[in-house]
Amino acid sequence: MRNRVRFLLGSELIVVTNPDPTVTVLQYLRTVARRTGTKEGCAEGDCGACTVVVGELTGDSVRYRAINSCIVFLATLDGKQLLTVEDLRCTDGSLHAVQQAMVETHGSQCGFCTPGFVMSLWALSANNGEATRSVIEEALAGNLCRCTGYDSIIEAATTVLARPRTEETHNPQAVHSALTDLTKDGPLEIDVDGRRFLAPRDLKELHGFQELYPNAVLVAGATDVGLWVTKQHHVLETVIYLGNIAELRVIESSNDALTIGACVPLTDAVPELVVHFPQLGPFFQRFASTQIRNSGTLGGNIANASPIGDSMPPLLVLNATLTVRRGSVTRDIPLDEFFLDYQKTALGEKEIIETIKVPIRRDVRLGVYKISKRKEQDISTVCGAFGVVVEGDEIVKARVAFGGMSATPARAPKCELALLGQPWTMDTVRKAADALEQDFTPISDMRGSAEYRRLVARNLVEKFYREINGQSVDVFAQVGSSDD
Amino acid sequence: MTETRIKGGVRQRIPHESATKHVSGEALYTDDLPVIEGQVFAAIGMSEKPHARIVELDLCEVHESPGVVAVISAHDVPGYNAMGPVVRDDEIFASERVQYVGQSLFAVAADTVEHARVAARKARAVYEELEPVFTVDDAMERGSFVLPPHTMKRGDAPAAIANAPNCLKGRIRTGGQDHFYLEGQVAIAVPGEDGDMWVHSSTQHPSEVQEAVAEVLGKTAKDITVEVRRMGGAFGGKEVQATPIACVAALLADNCQRPVNLRLDRDDDMVLTGKRHAFRIDYEVGFDDDGLILGVQFDLAARCGISADLSGAIVDRAMFHSDNCYYLENVTINSYRCKTNTVSDTAFRGFGGPQGMLGIETVIEDIAASLGIDPLDVRSKNFYGTDEKNITPYGMEVTDNVLHDLIPALERSSDYRARRRAVEKFNYENDLFKKGLSLTPVKFGISFTVSHLNQAGALVSIYKDGTVHLNHGGTEMGQGLFTKIAQIVAEEFQIDVGEIKVTATATDKVPNTSATAASSGTDLNGKAAEAAAKTIKARLVDFAADHFGVPQDEVLFENNSVSVGPTGLPFKELVGLAYHARVPLSSTGFYATPQIYYDRETASGKPFYYFAYGAAVSEVIVDTLTGENKVLRVDVLHDAGKSINPAIDIGQVKGGFVQGMGWLTTEELVWDNGGRLLTHAPSTYKIPTAADVPADFNVELLDTGGNKQDVIYRSKAVGEPPLMLANSVFFAIRDAVAATCKTRVQLSMDTPATAERVLLSIEKLAKEVAL
Ligand SMILES: Cc1cc2nc3c(=O)[nH]c(=O)nc-3n(C[C@@H](O)[C@@H](O)[C@H](O)COP(=O)(O)OP(=O)(O)OC[C@H]3O[C@@H](n4cnc5c(N)ncnc54)[C@H](O)[C@@H]3O)c2cc1C
Ligand code: FES
Ligand code: FES
Repeated sequence: MRNRVRFLLGSELIVVTNPDPTVTVLQYLRTVARRTGTKEGCAEGDCGACTVVVGELTGDSVRYRAINSCIVFLATLDGKQLLTVEDLRCTDGSLHAVQQAMVETHGSQCGFCTPGFVMSLWALSANNGEATRSVIEEALAGNLCRCTGYDSIIEAATTVLARPRTEETHNPQAVHSALTDLTKDGPLEIDVDGRRFLAPRDLKELHGFQELYPNAVLVAGATDVGLWVTKQHHVLETVIYLGNIAELRVIESSNDALTIGACVPLTDAVPELVVHFPQLGPFFQRFASTQIRNSGTLGGNIANASPIGDSMPPLLVLNATLTVRRGSVTRDIPLDEFFLDYQKTALGEKEIIETIKVPIRRDVRLGVYKISKRKEQDISTVCGAFGVVVEGDEIVKARVAFGGMSATPARAPKCELALLGQPWTMDTVRKAADALEQDFTPISDMRGSAEYRRLVARNLVEKFYREINGQSVDVFAQVGSSDD
Repeated sequence: MTETRIKGGVRQRIPHESATKHVSGEALYTDDLPVIEGQVFAAIGMSEKPHARIVELDLCEVHESPGVVAVISAHDVPGYNAMGPVVRDDEIFASERVQYVGQSLFAVAADTVEHARVAARKARAVYEELEPVFTVDDAMERGSFVLPPHTMKRGDAPAAIANAPNCLKGRIRTGGQDHFYLEGQVAIAVPGEDGDMWVHSSTQHPSEVQEAVAEVLGKTAKDITVEVRRMGGAFGGKEVQATPIACVAALLADNCQRPVNLRLDRDDDMVLTGKRHAFRIDYEVGFDDDGLILGVQFDLAARCGISADLSGAIVDRAMFHSDNCYYLENVTINSYRCKTNTVSDTAFRGFGGPQGMLGIETVIEDIAASLGIDPLDVRSKNFYGTDEKNITPYGMEVTDNVLHDLIPALERSSDYRARRRAVEKFNYENDLFKKGLSLTPVKFGISFTVSHLNQAGALVSIYKDGTVHLNHGGTEMGQGLFTKIAQIVAEEFQIDVGEIKVTATATDKVPNTSATAASSGTDLNGKAAEAAAKTIKARLVDFAADHFGVPQDEVLFENNSVSVGPTGLPFKELVGLAYHARVPLSSTGFYATPQIYYDRETASGKPFYYFAYGAAVSEVIVDTLTGENKVLRVDVLHDAGKSINPAIDIGQVKGGFVQGMGWLTTEELVWDNGGRLLTHAPSTYKIPTAADVPADFNVELLDTGGNKQDVIYRSKAVGEPPLMLANSVFFAIRDAVAATCKTRVQLSMDTPATAERVLLSIEKLAKEVAL
């Protein structure tokens, strides 16, 4: 049994024997490693002050991604490299180009958010991000700054991305071979007085652990589960980490379907979906932030079954199917039969989501709209997805699904019925919008009133109609009068 | 002024003094300080009821929770169990009655933060519920106030309104705002000998923390030292409300005789600390056919929460800014400070000014809509004059009006008129999206309106090697104060700024300080530091003249050297010589703002030393199907006087603008029916992100030749005024909403203009027009 978590902190090998199973990377950094450059601003993944970069083996190289250290458990770093703001200075002690640019453009005021921004920008530059406004905005969506108004930080980003990249201090080859060594051993099994963290490497090991601990909490990206610990102070007894299971990280694309492993991070899953359904590009750009999408998975989003989870409405419209597994037994569940009630799913005991299969239909016209208070890094007030197949002038297929309108993400059968077989006209659309009244009775909460939800849901049907008819309907894509 | 050749003198765009430490993670904030042997961690236990008598508070399980070292509540306070900057009406721990959900009931210290936080949830309280008051409307109806109503007036507004050719009535409600400083509230208290207490506090007001800690511990000011090197943002939220955090840390430290770190979890911070005051503003205005205001009356009702805090001065400042840039001949401003069972609202950048301005700007917009003329023309018609029509409602003469240069310049540079036509054309041609455009001005009074607070001290020491230690009463919260003050002292001594170290603000270095607030940090502390440097410099001049036998006016400080008659020597050498000649190389400096006075009884006087001005043009686009909106372009022209550091000032303008924009658009505080704050985390409370900032964001500083008053290097305060430039975003959104409707109607829209509020406003307009 291996109970030692081993990872590189910068270029130093760190071995932590039997750490608390749910201690977060941030807690470790600030209290044990005493690397206080990484800050806590919220401990729930929303502010980015805790942003660090994790290097992970992918084939022949090490892939670097920014994540929120506040909600990720330390033990998930096993076999990886962790880089914090303290690792960036060059060997001669001078500032890294990203840091230098932030100084030059006056990108810090109080400086509390700054290490997080620096790490997000470092990851962007390490991944050869383009120096365009939209790329930069997307990379920074998960970093809040209350002082600067962001303009100077965007300028720093533009400056540094336009310059030739500087050599990093750590040697990529050395890191690669060190990580290769670290990932050779058996699964990590931590046990602290009966509280456990188990990290199976394949489905078989997973099954073994599940037999022993049938009530274990499964964790993938921990972008939901992490908050149970940091915010709700839940004590999790046994945690099974799915992130190392190779079978859950597959992506397969055939002529008529795309299959995505449940534990594929959203960052990798989204581009695959976008190849077939380009409308999902701008939509998923508004799903959380870069850091959250680097950790969070499609499987986790679905299994969490939040009524306001964003991937479900489009997947419902696209008629996705889940393959779920218990031990060696698998079964398929159409996504629209998966959600039973508020945060209740059709998953049985010890059953996991293995893959999500999305049929590729080239004749479906798709529209997906997220409504939230803020454009970026916000949870949906309402999320509407629409798919129609129009032949001649007639709607021959129609699927409509909403998030934020009921206790689960759900299709809108009355609305679908009002579209089906009807001519593709504004009049049909109005009637379909009216039909939504019978599909949903939304509630009021801090994200929006029932009245607004009802109204905006109706209006989204019209928005879809306009978009399909060729109108540009994204307000965030519009420009000023002087630029017309 | 001589040509500056030193590095980092005034007017130079040098980076923030801690910039390198910020980007490398090496800057130490309170929670980053090395952990002291024996240190424990604290958490606060909070009330679950909005208004109730505490029948019983059972803390047994808290005591027994793992890792717990100390638990204290009201009866464990050795001194006075309350604080407050003006009225001591805020209990550290609720004793008999809780008055809002989240009010502090007790505190616990444990070996780890997690243990403390878990323990803090284990109390069992028995309450007898009392009837709560939550809203301004309820409070007004019941006459529930934290302080008595107050009125300011000039002329005869009711008569002027009655006799005017046109009149309108309207109402706007402005929402509150959470500070959302990235670094939450935190303090570390370290007990010393004699029962002394050393407190590291993330506070804008170390002296107040010192006094309050002394009082709760039953000690005196000399026993307490408070220190703060830097804050991770404050914005007014750490002016008063850092104090109870420090008090609780000190009480626990005193109780268990161990260092105590109290750092609030973000959610607790948002529940437990006050916000910007929400206002209900009613107005009645009479005006002529050109839009000239003949008489106006305002009723300002502010939600203050359970205690006075700074609400007296905040609502006063709303009154002082109910004129904004406009001459109001006949005006009555009534104000009400409503007591509600919500957390006590507090200082926030602008300090009531933003709310006051929204009132009068709404009046202007409504007049413009009713007459069918461009709001900019109504504004221009009503601007303060230069030689006439230049007395404010509180009797102060406006002597530094720059609006007549500023507004036309911005109108030109922003291409306002052409864009107005382009927006109209766009709106005529498009039904899905509507655009809006607005130019709004700002005139903001600089000084604490409580006159005696306008004082500051500094301490400057030169060491034998010629390097300088600089300390002053102001605190660094990101605004660049330490940088500017160092530039001022560098300029005075003519040495590179790198030779100067500004050290942590501490009550044992500079005593009896005012809060770093009211945008006055540089004005007050800059002058005090300059005075200290001048004192030492005068001694050096004396010494050099004497030592080298030249007249005093031939001793000149320039670029790290001192020329003495025909010869010269490095600054450092002169310092060395002076030391050996036993010249004192350390001095305090002091400054008190001259001229200001205010008589609250008659609501008249000169509460401000001067005004800072600015204006902004914003263009927005609104989605009429969803209410979502986007700011497309912003042009700002701001008057920072002769800037000490233009890079820092532009940073303040942009940061203030975006913060104001957040307040007016996406930042919405929502409570449930039981007085529970639902938006207590960044997951539900949405401050702007990078994508909300317009790609086309043009900010210029207006060159007016400098402040007319003798303010340090003729600069102007720049901390708060830019926040109100964002009013243009709100009124541009209103403009776009109004454009959905072909006929002219008076539009009533509250803030923040969330997508929901925008869409519902559009719906309401459509219904009204259909009727
Ligand atoms: C700051 C922030 C912003 C966010 N923004 C959005 C947003 O805009 N839109 C949105 O939809 N969501 C958002 N989320 C939520 C979100 O990130 C997810 O729901 C995410 O997709 C969950 O994936 P995960 O891998 O992190 O799941 P985890 O947290 O690891 O797990 C979530 C749940 O799924 C279960 N689970 C995970 N994998 C499996 C599996 N293979 N089989 C069975 N059960 C499994 C876990 O047991 C747990 O119950 C946000 C979260 C945060 C913290
Ligand atoms: S601390 Fe805010 S995202 Fe991690
Ligand atoms: S610089 Fe203060 S929060 Fe960004």
